[in-house]
Amino acid sequence: MTSPTAHAEAGVSDPSPNGDITPLRQVTVRFAGDSGDGMQLAGNRFADTSAAFGNDLFTLPDFPAEIRAPAGTLPGVSSFQIQIADWDISTSGDRPDCMVAMNPAALKTNLMDLRQGGTLIVNSEAFDERGLAKAGYEDSPLMDGSLNQYDLIEIPMNTITKEAVADKVSGRSVLRSRNFVALGFLAWLFQRPLEPIITWTESKFAKLPMVVAANLAALRAGYNFGITTETSRSIFQVKPASLPPGVYTSITGNTALAWGLIAASYCAKLPLYYGSYPITPASDILHELARHKRLGVRTFQAEDEIAAIGAVIGASFGGSLAVTGSSGPGISLKSEAISLALTAELPLVVVNVQRAGPSTGMPTKPEQTDLLFSLFGRHGESPLPVLACATPSDVVETTIEAARIALKYMTPVILLSDNHIANGSEPWRVPDAADLPDISVPFASAPNGAGGRFLPYLRDFNTFSRPWAIPGTKGLEHRIGGLEKENISGDISYNPDNHQLMTDSRAWKVANIANDIPPVEVHGELDANLLVLGWGSSKGTMGAACRNLNREGYKIAYAHLRYLNPLPANLGDVLHSYEKVLIPELNTGQLRYVVRANFLKDAFGLNKVTGTPFYIGEIRDRILEVLES
Amino acid sequence: MSNLTYTRSDFQSDQEVRWCPGCGDYTVLASVQSFMTQMGVPRENIVVVSGIGCAARFPYYMNTYGFHTIHGRAPTIATGLATSRPDLSVWVVTGDGDALSIGGNHLIHALRRNVNIKILLFNNQIYGLTKGQYSPTSEVGKRTKSTPFGSIDFPFNPVSLAIGSEASFVARTLDMDRNHTQYVLGEAVNHTGSAFIEIYQNCNVFNDKAFIALTGRAERAVNRINLQEGKPVVFGGSGESCVVMEDGEARIKPTSSVDPDQILVHDPSRENPSVAFSISRLSHTPHGPTPLGVFRNISRPTYGSEMQQQIVDAQNRGPADLDALFGSAGTWEVT
Repeated sequence: MTSPTAHAEAGVSDPSPNGDITPLRQVTVRFAGDSGDGMQLAGNRFADTSAAFGNDLFTLPDFPAEIRAPAGTLPGVSSFQIQIADWDISTSGDRPDCMVAMNPAALKTNLMDLRQGGTLIVNSEAFDERGLAKAGYEDSPLMDGSLNQYDLIEIPMNTITKEAVADKVSGRSVLRSRNFVALGFLAWLFQRPLEPIITWTESKFAKLPMVVAANLAALRAGYNFGITTETSRSIFQVKPASLPPGVYTSITGNTALAWGLIAASYCAKLPLYYGSYPITPASDILHELARHKRLGVRTFQAEDEIAAIGAVIGASFGGSLAVTGSSGPGISLKSEAISLALTAELPLVVVNVQRAGPSTGMPTKPEQTDLLFSLFGRHGESPLPVLACATPSDVVETTIEAARIALKYMTPVILLSDNHIANGSEPWRVPDAADLPDISVPFASAPNGAGGRFLPYLRDFNTFSRPWAIPGTKGLEHRIGGLEKENISGDISYNPDNHQLMTDSRAWKVANIANDIPPVEVHGELDANLLVLGWGSSKGTMGAACRNLNREGYKIAYAHLRYLNPLPANLGDVLHSYEKVLIPELNTGQLRYVVRANFLKDAFGLNKVTGTPFYIGEIRDRILEVLES
Repeated sequence: MSNLTYTRSDFQSDQEVRWCPGCGDYTVLASVQSFMTQMGVPRENIVVVSGIGCAARFPYYMNTYGFHTIHGRAPTIATGLATSRPDLSVWVVTGDGDALSIGGNHLIHALRRNVNIKILLFNNQIYGLTKGQYSPTSEVGKRTKSTPFGSIDFPFNPVSLAIGSEASFVARTLDMDRNHTQYVLGEAVNHTGSAFIEIYQNCNVFNDKAFIALTGRAERAVNRINLQEGKPVVFGGSGESCVVMEDGEARIKPTSSVDPDQILVHDPSRENPSVAFSISRLSHTPHGPTPLGVFRNISRPTYGSEMQQQIVDAQNRGPADLDALFGSAGTWEVT
């Protein structure tokens, strides 16, 4: 195994073999197999044991939309990529340095990503006539020399598995433990501890002792295969990372979003009400929240997307921290209701876990294509705050922030995530609950008008938000709704000047939030000619590309946006202080459009919609191109 | 609760009521306001939620909490409110277009879940606010602005629909009959869970006299089938007609032609909805003998109380806190 290419995220590597141990600063591993082969399980266990070992890591699962495509076929391939490092990384890696291919279909659909000279581990017994035919190979790639440029390790996983589990399970169950053979071999190759895998397996299959026994036997067989047959091969060592001190847990973006909402309800001292309709890739947020009734979480699986947001608008009116979550197509259906919450001025968080669209598109693939939809996808003049999560470990904080803005400014807030963040995982430094910010707001408790009258649209002088008076409060009975309301009194009004005033007030209220959010921070070489600007999940890749180039002596500044509306107050000045601006985003140029429209500042784009995250190399190449232009 | 002394004016908001003069909505508004003075619920705990349509203006005229929302979606907003705040008395005011056309999906699911909300469906068999198109309850052949050659849409029978949607309480009343309306409202409020009340409501501008068979001085005695719990279903000026179950369906017979034991005795608490459904099929549209009153009234846990119970049960199993949640997936320490 040679050193990772310059395109990889990282600083200096020392690739020189030291005896039979190759120390690496970081390595990217991909498990690929049939969706029934248990690759997500193997990848997640490899991640866990690496975390326990002390590496920093970042994972990215990739699976087909079909629940179970025909076994062995190209559409049925599922994969899981993980980068592990001895330092603080921010991506799941570009090209894998090491790849497991459980069958010919997995090889065919993933090989093009494997780094030249990378380590390729295959289940040699899956490359039989039938398996090759299903993947469309005429000749076996194991035989025809086409894999010569890789470090190929052939493992007869079927035989090893059968022998290992022979006295434990029988029949069709036998080969189910194959993924543990692969995992065991990788554990040896990367010198991972087996204990975390063993503990997890014993707990996960506690009710199925035979399955525990079979899987652990297969795990050890895979590990021992490394020891006994590959003694001449170098093993790879990635030392523990020196992350900031603290307690860490490994977290996916969707779990973090659910936990962030629970944390926000704690910080707001309000019960959490989450209404949702199942949709990929947002459903896991509902699943996670539904488990936490002990924390007082109410979850409501509605009959459709509209009912989901309708219910949470009702819960918001009643005084809950109300949240609905979906993905692009579902958010479209909520559009009318978001406008109602906006004009009724009720707090609401609307989570959009973006996926490749339009329409059903590619539901399991990431895209950042709902930015303009979030900003503008409503009828009438209807501005609202929009925030975007950047990485799994950023999600909890961004979620609490979205809730803070919703409550303080009595407005729906759109919180963007995407498939890359939702299913990716990385270590998250766990905060003490006591250290989280207080985002609570008071309910109105007494009349605010003359003669004991309650005026639902008498705005706060500072925030411009209206009072939140919840049913059950004596003396504050009032009516709200979609019809335009008279300023202050909240009575229905068709007065032309009033509609102008209310439209302006709603817009001003949202624009004013720019004074309540941090300015955008510029990193890298501040006096560069080029600013690279990103938002959402491209943060890790963008930052890595820029840091690498800075290290090589290129002058580049870079910044990342969490707040997409309102934009940070200093963003215009920042943009105009650079000759060139480059905006990489997984769409056809949506933030670039916003930047041009808001600041009359032209920008270069790096745009793709392939259903895959950016590679560091792609961003690097484009930066170099723009620098030379 | 009994020390609450309200008068009707306590439930009247300061907004000018702006339905067309002569609209049946005025009568229903007055009935509901009068009823609420006796309901025993503090005014601040009452919320009226509506969608879009003439009837949907209702909350603005009620001096309670109110929310005028989106076309068809009132049951969803009411669901979120009622399930997050079981202490409230939540009412939905809707119309035939709002509840049965654009909002049909939400209506059936709110009923099936038995959310603790009271749904008043003002059925005037026409779109009034958009000025006179046929609705999902308009009769076949109806000529309106959007059906100049007559409607070819087969209408819903709202009571049948509600019973088919697993509603636990289903009733029908008439705007003109204040006593009957108040009786039905009382039954609905005493029922824990979703209550569906179809109110025949005259639109004197776009569909006048749609319910003349039940309101006309001459016709009503012949056509109103008053359902009364525990009583044989007989109707007509002097009880000359009755309802019997025959070949699995409810049928109207001359009372003199049947053995008195054969006459159906009304029991809205039957768990099986098929008899209530059969009764609802006696009239598909209200142009002949039509049943009024409580069709179905059964006891079933409400969605909100079940949701609350799961939380209580979980919390009774032991304390939970945020720090424990954050540590629940396993942690490691970096020093």
